[in-house]
Amino acid sequence: MYVAVKGGETAIRNAHRLLDDRRRGDRTVPSIGLDQIVEQLALAVDRVMAEGSLYDRELAALAVKQARGDMIEAIFLVRAYRTTLPRFGYTRPVDTAAMLVERRVSATYKDLPGGQLLGPTFDYTHRLLDPELAGGASVPEPEQRSEPTEAVMRVSAILANEGLIEADGELPQDHRPGDITREPLEFPLERDTRLQALARGDEGFMLALAYSTQRGYARSHPFVGEVRIGEVELELEVPELDFAVPLGSIRVTECQMVNQFKGSSKVPPQFTRGYGLVFGQSERKAMAMALCDRALRASEFGEDVVAPAQDEEFVISHSDNVQATGFVEHLKLPHYVDFQAELDLIRRMRAEQADAASERKEAAE
Amino acid sequence: MRHVNRSGNLGEARRAAMAVLAAVPAVQLHRCWKEAAIIAEAETLRGPETGLVAVRGRIGGGGAPFNVGEATVTRATVRLATGEVGHAYLLGRDGERARLAATVDALLQRADKAGEVEEQVLVPLRALQAAQEDRRRAETAATKVDFFTVARGED
Amino acid sequence: MHASHIEGGFAEPVLDAQAAFRAVMDAMARPGTASTLAGTATPPTPLTATAATVALTLCDHDTPVWLDPALKGSAAVTAWLGFHTGAPLASTPAEAHFALVADPATLIALENFAQGSQDYPDRSATLILQVDSLDGGAPLRLEGPGIETVATLAPTPMPRHFVEQWRQNSGRFPRGVDLVLAAPQALACLPRTTRISPAED
Repeated sequence: MYVAVKGGETAIRNAHRLLDDRRRGDRTVPSIGLDQIVEQLALAVDRVMAEGSLYDRELAALAVKQARGDMIEAIFLVRAYRTTLPRFGYTRPVDTAAMLVERRVSATYKDLPGGQLLGPTFDYTHRLLDPELAGGASVPEPEQRSEPTEAVMRVSAILANEGLIEADGELPQDHRPGDITREPLEFPLERDTRLQALARGDEGFMLALAYSTQRGYARSHPFVGEVRIGEVELELEVPELDFAVPLGSIRVTECQMVNQFKGSSKVPPQFTRGYGLVFGQSERKAMAMALCDRALRASEFGEDVVAPAQDEEFVISHSDNVQATGFVEHLKLPHYVDFQAELDLIRRMRAEQADAASERKEAAE
Repeated sequence: MRHVNRSGNLGEARRAAMAVLAAVPAVQLHRCWKEAAIIAEAETLRGPETGLVAVRGRIGGGGAPFNVGEATVTRATVRLATGEVGHAYLLGRDGERARLAATVDALLQRADKAGEVEEQVLVPLRALQAAQEDRRRAETAATKVDFFTVARGED
Repeated sequence: MHASHIEGGFAEPVLDAQAAFRAVMDAMARPGTASTLAGTATPPTPLTATAATVALTLCDHDTPVWLDPALKGSAAVTAWLGFHTGAPLASTPAEAHFALVADPATLIALENFAQGSQDYPDRSATLILQVDSLDGGAPLRLEGPGIETVATLAPTPMPRHFVEQWRQNSGRFPRGVDLVLAAPQALACLPRTTRISPAED
């Protein structure tokens, strides 16, 4: 039986109006501007861009404001918006070696070309809440140190010289990069498609999976070869020009995870790698992504697939928080008819059970 | 610039100009353009129109390409009264900025205007861009760790 | 790039594309019924206004387009389509999402184009044929979804052995190609679900 139910329009309208009011909050407090969100909640904006899979600071800031700071709701808004725009093309692959570096650290080499550049990091802070910040105290300009520009070479290039580490991940020459925004997922995935899914995956989910690999579920002996944050230039080839057009720069975080590998029937002992590349400044996400990438390469190295983080279908199918929230949260929407059917079924089963019990009782007497 | 044009390397000059226009904030582009007071009537042939580009990275930094995500891009195409067609593609959603950048691109193709545009618009913007990048590098360099080894043992 | 290659696009990109999309959708839903389409695009020859309007409406960066030799031979046409749609040129008919055909009478066999797969029958080609008229050729009797009883259409020119080729196309169902017939000021569609036989006079 299908019962069409109408109604609730007024309630919905009023609920949205109430939402607008609560979003605005106390009118004596100044409304927050998008420029304030972009400048002062920059890492929230970065997370929305990374998982919304759309690089646009003002849009991400608007989404954060509209969602009242609910990050997954903000990511949802950005994902919905991106579907309304036409696609102009694929950029040339960014060159992270040519990055204008703002932070770069390596846990594997102390002295490496370019040095250890701490940049604007939370590391080494004492994690003590700062009452002065609450008061809006003025902030001094950063220190500057001028020194000759030194190329900040990738750590993987150092190990590669000795042949101790696998090469950057290559795929066959004629391989066209997969695009999950254009083709439905079909498992097993190529590594390029997996990385695209991980790059927009939920930070919390990927952090938990990465942590699980460290606790022994698919142990991979990881070292941070390098984390770097900075700006890379984008270039686009277009039909009307015979050169690639520079579009401007975006900030990204890159992680090269180096993993000890004892070798297998397929591969000699060497260092293997996991890779992370994320929009904005988010080394937690980039590191978690790199650990997940390495764990998901288990079968490539002939490792046993025994842990959740190694299970491609499990990881990729559950990494998208917009899909996840849609399916979990839809449960709160009206299921009146489904539930009525379940109710009938339970009543019938109880009646049958009661009948059977009384029959057994009669038989016993 | 003028000698670059004569050498026939107009494409490289246009590309370099687009890189500067894409790097500096819109307010600075508009200010510089206003101060230069170059007279240019440009008719809009397409856009300004906002769309997406899929941003690609490489596995491991240098391996096979993969798609990282998308970015908003706004493009415009204009034509000068003298017939030159200029294009612009810029990150973000600022249509006026794209139209102005396309106008600059069209002017660069005019032998009688390219020098003026170079000197009054591109040179100052390039200086601005260099100063911004130098400052950022110097700020990062100040956070570089200088390791020193604590003396121990006999000598 | 020459200025003529960037002129002749939609004057009102959103409204023009919406109007053309509606015309194509209606024609696809009612096979054999002509939709009027005031083609607002003014492309270089031999691309026609109607076919160009359909191309600007349906093709974009994600849809490789195959051009028949008459169109591919025109640098003006390829530059114009490239600028206005961003669509890449397909090097083989099998990888094209759309095909633009200026000369249907010499078209290669329909089976050369992408037919879709059993799982994804939508991954097939839509062929846009430039025809001179929808009622001046040999009459075709059309039946199938979207047609109440029988419809008649007489497009010309059409691919060789068209009725036989179409019978084979139907045999591949749910795979197969769909046709858009772009005539002056009008278009009609033949989706793969339509059964075609020669009309008996």
